[in-house]
Amino acid sequence: MKTFSIGGVHPHDSKISANAAIESFPIPEVAYISMGQHLGAPAEPIVAPGDKVKVGQLIANANGFISAPVHSSVSGTVKGIETVFDLAGNPCKAVVITVEGDEWVETIDRSDKIEKEIKLDSKEIIEKIKECGIVGLGGATFPTNVKLSPPPGKKAEFLIINGAECEPYLTSDYRVLIEMPEQVLIGAAIMMKALNVTQGFIGIEENKPEAIKVMTEKAKGYPQIKIVTLKKKYPQGGEKQLIDAVVGRKVPSMGLPIDTGAVVQNVGTALAVYEAVQKNKPLFEGILTVTGECCPQQKNYKHRVGTPLSKIIEAVGGVPEAAAKVISGGPMMGKAIANLDAPTLKGSSSVLFLTEEQTKRKEESNCIRCGKCIEACPMGLEPYLLNKLAKARRMDDLEANKIYDCIECGCCQFTCPAYIPLLGTIRLAKADVMKIMRSRPKK
Amino acid sequence: MKKLLVSPSPHIHGKENTRNLMRDVVIALLPTVAVSIYCFGLSALKLALVGVLACVAVEYVIAKYMLKTKVTVCDYSAVITGLLLALNVPINTPWWVLVIGSIVAIGVAKMTFGGLGQNLFNPALVGRVFLLISFPVIMTDWSTPASTFGFEFDGVSGATPLGIVKEGLAQGMTLSQIYAEHNFSYAEMLFTRIGSAGEISAIALLLGFVYLLVRRVIRPHITLSIWGTVIVFSGILWLCNPEQFTDPIFNLLTGGMLLGSIFMATDYVTSPMEPKGMIIFGVGIGIITILIREFGAYPEGISFAILIMNATVPLINMFCKPKRFGKEAK
Repeated sequence: MKTFSIGGVHPHDSKISANAAIESFPIPEVAYISMGQHLGAPAEPIVAPGDKVKVGQLIANANGFISAPVHSSVSGTVKGIETVFDLAGNPCKAVVITVEGDEWVETIDRSDKIEKEIKLDSKEIIEKIKECGIVGLGGATFPTNVKLSPPPGKKAEFLIINGAECEPYLTSDYRVLIEMPEQVLIGAAIMMKALNVTQGFIGIEENKPEAIKVMTEKAKGYPQIKIVTLKKKYPQGGEKQLIDAVVGRKVPSMGLPIDTGAVVQNVGTALAVYEAVQKNKPLFEGILTVTGECCPQQKNYKHRVGTPLSKIIEAVGGVPEAAAKVISGGPMMGKAIANLDAPTLKGSSSVLFLTEEQTKRKEESNCIRCGKCIEACPMGLEPYLLNKLAKARRMDDLEANKIYDCIECGCCQFTCPAYIPLLGTIRLAKADVMKIMRSRPKK
Repeated sequence: MKKLLVSPSPHIHGKENTRNLMRDVVIALLPTVAVSIYCFGLSALKLALVGVLACVAVEYVIAKYMLKTKVTVCDYSAVITGLLLALNVPINTPWWVLVIGSIVAIGVAKMTFGGLGQNLFNPALVGRVFLLISFPVIMTDWSTPASTFGFEFDGVSGATPLGIVKEGLAQGMTLSQIYAEHNFSYAEMLFTRIGSAGEISAIALLLGFVYLLVRRVIRPHITLSIWGTVIVFSGILWLCNPEQFTDPIFNLLTGGMLLGSIFMATDYVTSPMEPKGMIIFGVGIGIITILIREFGAYPEGISFAILIMNATVPLINMFCKPKRFGKEAK
């Protein structure tokens, strides 16, 4: 069975919400639609207080090449353009809409019929994806149209759909794979047409046998797309690791996936692309897992972007008594939520409750130089050394030891028997080193 | 409302911790301790207890009253040092000699460098070599294993196979004459043979090795490369002159070879962290051990070999980098 070649760890997969079918979450009374839902410049609002908007209507334009437009997820009246606080507590601009009914833009095809025939050509597909504000839903929320337009001189050879979902607890991609397999396949076919490639792969980890079965069955109708079963190992869903696992090519240091001829997109993104291109539906909904051993209900919700997290948490009975940390995303790379009133974003994938026992950091002790961090690092770095150099602020040595290659997966810290917060130190030093590197004059 | 924790990822941690890893090493040593008690009776148990208690006490006193830092004796690392030291000395070693060894091992070799994780040399080996040089008579007074119970062991004293060979060769005998006179058998070497408490049973030591590998406490690189080097290097010498040089199997099974290669050379703190470095380290130990055994003044050389290679670990770590993901950026 295939997997990536260096490092990795095996956290318990804890997919306890795997059997919860996707439910539509009720539309909130007020939606707070953030302008910063993607990597890159925040979108520029084009609506004014008092304007009436419909579901799917454009409310903000992309602001630059690396940016994405934002559409309304509800119908109603614009209350204002306000400053709201995101889940880390940072201020951001948002269009606040008072909800009235649920009136969709007429051009959106709301039927359940699966549209198989791809009518648009490559250029039109990319334009459509851009207009619909599609961003990568695997975590980084990078604008999808940019990823589908390789820079001059680079040529895509194949598309890989990331169905690894290697983070423990998360099940939104799994539910999409087994509930909407055909849509994912068509989404993949659309992107392959956009990239002008004839080879596609969907990588799924072995701990999702149901998804592998369903997808393999459905993929019979799509001879160009191959379902690849992957061994269960974290961080299989990392872009570089996934390419290595599926086709055995390695993205060069400081390089991009396209350097290996690969374009990687997430399962959720494939679904969004299908809906945008075939159904004319912009991205304003997402699938969100609500889970945790201490949470009385396990849910996979389809939510409207801009729904306050607190509403979703209320629906499962509030923050459980035993919960000590609430996380957006998985337990390995997700962010701890500081502001429970933050609105959901396009890329929101989960609300995870962890108990104190599960998440509390234990007291750090001396490094015993066991080398387990080196064994675990999927990028072949030496986390113990980077940690030491970072504490001494030895920037040249950090660069020489390739701190910039760190993908911040957290394997080193997860495995460290001395409970040293390796990634915490390395992450900060990496940002500083990258700043120094960027400030150098280009050759 | 109740306050929630907010900290950067990762939010969960694996099951491993320092204490469990060290405890696994102690567990891996238990078969060897059991065999030593079987062969030497309660005096072996006494030695083990004295070693462990002395090492733990020395670390506690130094950490608490001299360095005034957090006391970390509960992490089992001092227990391992004490056990290894006790398994490394002859069975009739007086308790106060072992205590002196513990003071040197923990006090000098470990705590002066800054405690757990900071020492350059393997503490148990520093203690052993210190005792070997300071008390040469006591430290080479070996006894023949015999099932007796009692706190004072009164078995027959004898020489280790390595000692007999060294002595015989020095007197101008050939190896076949020495073997004939002393009746060596490989079977004896596998189960019980003359030596320190930790050297008498190869089977018990190998059992510990398997346990450490299965529990993923250590990686096999160092131990296997020592064995490989010993087999190849002593094999070449043996093929050149079988009457002068001992054969590879003899070298692998005698003396502290197994104890050293399984439990001492693989000490995390004093060995390289990356597979390539581990192999260089192991090859170095193998070569130096055979050089000392075949050409040196001492019959046994693995303690010195490990200590010498310990000194090269920072250099090895500096030059042996793990295989990075992806090619260099253009």
